[in-house]
Amino acid sequence: MAQSITVKIGGEAGFGIMSSGSMLARAFARHGYFVFTLNEYPSLIRGGHNIVTVRIATEKFFSLDRSLDILIALNKETVELHKNELAKGTVVVFDPRDYEWRAEELPIGVILVPVSFRDIVEKLGGEVVMRNTVALGAGLAIMGSPFEFLTEVISDQFARKGEAVVNHNIEIARAGYDAVGDAATKLSASRLDSVEKNKDYLLINGSEAVGLGAVRAGLKFAAIYPMTPINALITFLADHAKSLGIVYKQPEDEIAGINMAIGAAISGVRSMVATSGGGVALMVEGLSLAGMIEVPLVIDIGMRVGPATGMPTWTEQGDLLFTIHAGHGEFARIVLAPSDATEAYELTLKAFHLAEEFHVPVFILTDKYLNESQWCVEAAALKRDVVIHRGKVMKPGSEESTTSLHRFDLTPADGVSERSFPGMKGGQYIANSYEHDETGMVSEDSAMRTAMVDRRLKKITAIRKIVMPPVVYGDQSSKTVIVTWGSTLGPVLQAMKKSARIIHFPWLYPFPADATKELLTGATRVIDIEQNATGQLASLIRLETGIEITEKLLKYDGRPWLPEEILERVS
Amino acid sequence: MILTADSFKTGYLPTWCPGCGDFGIWMALKNALAELGIGPDDALLIYGIGCHGNMSAWVRTYGIVGLHGRTLPMAQGAKLANHTVPVIAIAGDGDCLGEGGNHFIHAAKRNPDITVLIHDNQVYGLTTGQASPTAKDKLKTKSTPDGVAEPAVNPLTLAIVSGATFVARGFAGDMPGLTNLITAAVKHKGFSVLDILQPCVTFNHVHTYQWYRSRLYQLDSIKYVPNNRLAAVEKALEWGDKIPLGVFYSENASTSEDREPALLSGPLASQPLGISDLNTLLSEFR
Repeated sequence: MAQSITVKIGGEAGFGIMSSGSMLARAFARHGYFVFTLNEYPSLIRGGHNIVTVRIATEKFFSLDRSLDILIALNKETVELHKNELAKGTVVVFDPRDYEWRAEELPIGVILVPVSFRDIVEKLGGEVVMRNTVALGAGLAIMGSPFEFLTEVISDQFARKGEAVVNHNIEIARAGYDAVGDAATKLSASRLDSVEKNKDYLLINGSEAVGLGAVRAGLKFAAIYPMTPINALITFLADHAKSLGIVYKQPEDEIAGINMAIGAAISGVRSMVATSGGGVALMVEGLSLAGMIEVPLVIDIGMRVGPATGMPTWTEQGDLLFTIHAGHGEFARIVLAPSDATEAYELTLKAFHLAEEFHVPVFILTDKYLNESQWCVEAAALKRDVVIHRGKVMKPGSEESTTSLHRFDLTPADGVSERSFPGMKGGQYIANSYEHDETGMVSEDSAMRTAMVDRRLKKITAIRKIVMPPVVYGDQSSKTVIVTWGSTLGPVLQAMKKSARIIHFPWLYPFPADATKELLTGATRVIDIEQNATGQLASLIRLETGIEITEKLLKYDGRPWLPEEILERVS
Repeated sequence: MILTADSFKTGYLPTWCPGCGDFGIWMALKNALAELGIGPDDALLIYGIGCHGNMSAWVRTYGIVGLHGRTLPMAQGAKLANHTVPVIAIAGDGDCLGEGGNHFIHAAKRNPDITVLIHDNQVYGLTTGQASPTAKDKLKTKSTPDGVAEPAVNPLTLAIVSGATFVARGFAGDMPGLTNLITAAVKHKGFSVLDILQPCVTFNHVHTYQWYRSRLYQLDSIKYVPNNRLAAVEKALEWGDKIPLGVFYSENASTSEDREPALLSGPLASQPLGISDLNTLLSEFR
């Protein structure tokens, strides 16, 4: 019996590969298993090879690894492309009508389980796209799990389409389950151990986690131009706009997006934008404006492979220094970087509060791997009480103002003064992209310019006082220290949690320099592990602490780190 | 409090060139706001960057001096956040039709309840006189020493075909007429575009007050009815010995704000924050 099973389902794009993966993962998460799914696909809608990897385990894990227990191939190409991942004991489920695979064509010890996906679908009057449902049934049988796991998720998945569709899909899945038949009982290595259900797990992707954090934090307005990998956030917000009383607006471009969000924030609502690197490039002008007029704004950046269009559906952490430095002129900002969906939720909540506490733009730096993978999150983590503080806001007066509000008062020690919102009596001021005085009136006076810059930069000093220190995992006493950030933490933990001290930076800017220096003191070996080609975290650490990290493990092929790759390169 | 043009005084006086068309627009705007009963705390004026944008220093209302070309996205965000506040974009021709051309088309398409006043002087005054997208009649400028060769962008036809629901032209030299047009534009529920012919006494020596006065006529005077998009386009193409002023097109249509279910229960800015039914939401992920 296995404690962990990794299943890959592959086929042509447009054949429901990804939803099959989700359904499989969800079926097990509901019964207390810890699961994870990773989607990999080219930037196409039809055609091209899609693969979803689902790992299901009896205990919590931090990432996928190289093991592959079951490969479900919905076409011949899937076996060809993943042949080198097959090992002794891997079960390959395939349709002989695609190709009659023979044992001698594959690595030694691979177990072939032919299932006639097409025949089953045809016999039961289904459409050819329903092969994935047969495959689901077959996969479940090979894992030795009860068929009822699937009936529940199929019922939910197709509930909106009516009972007949639900029953038809269940019938087809059942046929796949039964087709494996007796073969399953002989496949003990791929049979999953049972678990006691003692955790209420949800299956949620990184974008949805950001969306949940945002709406719980009081998000009211989002203007997001479509871009991989943050499209699931758009879907989440648009689908729930009516029920949650929020406005999601699709702008004509990212420039409009950030300016809409700034307009909404000035008018008193919590607002956000989301995009990837190319969209950030377009938003940079608006970002500088947000810094100048001190607008609370949350910006979710889902990094993907650059430069330019790069490999749009693949993952990278190449925009850390860009995010920290983007924008002309000098102004305060905060950059947070979650490692998984739970942290994405928590840091998004935090981002909205920080934005309104300090009247600054706050970034949530995510990536494709985090955004589009589905993570197992304990429901309890998403249910904790949220208290919303709006920061310094003027109490509305009752009389029309005769003088302007000192919205940009020079006196507060933290550089943060009361905001008013258009329409509030007694609160009139100008939010001016030109340098300005306390009321927002344009000013090019030497003393005023200097005082205003100082005022705005006081926020950085104030923010530094509450910066979250890095989080330390792994072997606390180890003299080998790994520094990493964002979603790379998962594979690093999976590989090194027993043999190194692992430092993760959920808060990257303003950089926790003192805490980092302290944590790196006494280390005999410091290794930087990132998903980019230049070691941007190491550069930032050097810039902020003077500590140079020479040993860097860098990966920039668009594929997330696997723990084996880390182990091979560390030793 | 009785509102007059003086209610919007800031203590600063305009720095525009003596004779600039901006003076007329400035006065007409203040008169219109006073007439509409919109005081300094009631409206949000969003300025672009250009000579027009400097108006922010001598009109005391809530204001945003944003970025060159970006008035309309910001205005739409502000309007969706609080649709009870009148939002007026004060834009230039280069600002709104050059840098912000894409935003202009899409704002018109969505029909938000905002007004845009386009200061149309055919030049970039603040950068000392290059041709703007509306430059025409072979205008010689610093960037077109042999006279502008390309055809001009026509703000009116562009607005009409893009879906704007109120499209008008005013003249900075006609303060009473312009006051009426601004008033009508702000009152109109939907995207109202007011293109304002504005002499630039420093950099445009062709389109002077006199040049305009000898050509302008009121659409009202010819019994023109502004209810037909095609006829409006045709009328808006008229430019030469005769140049029409007034409302070219007007219709009632649903606005972007009308189409947002969240706004049915009042302005977004005054609604409760957070989620009331978290368990139902979370159950979608189970």
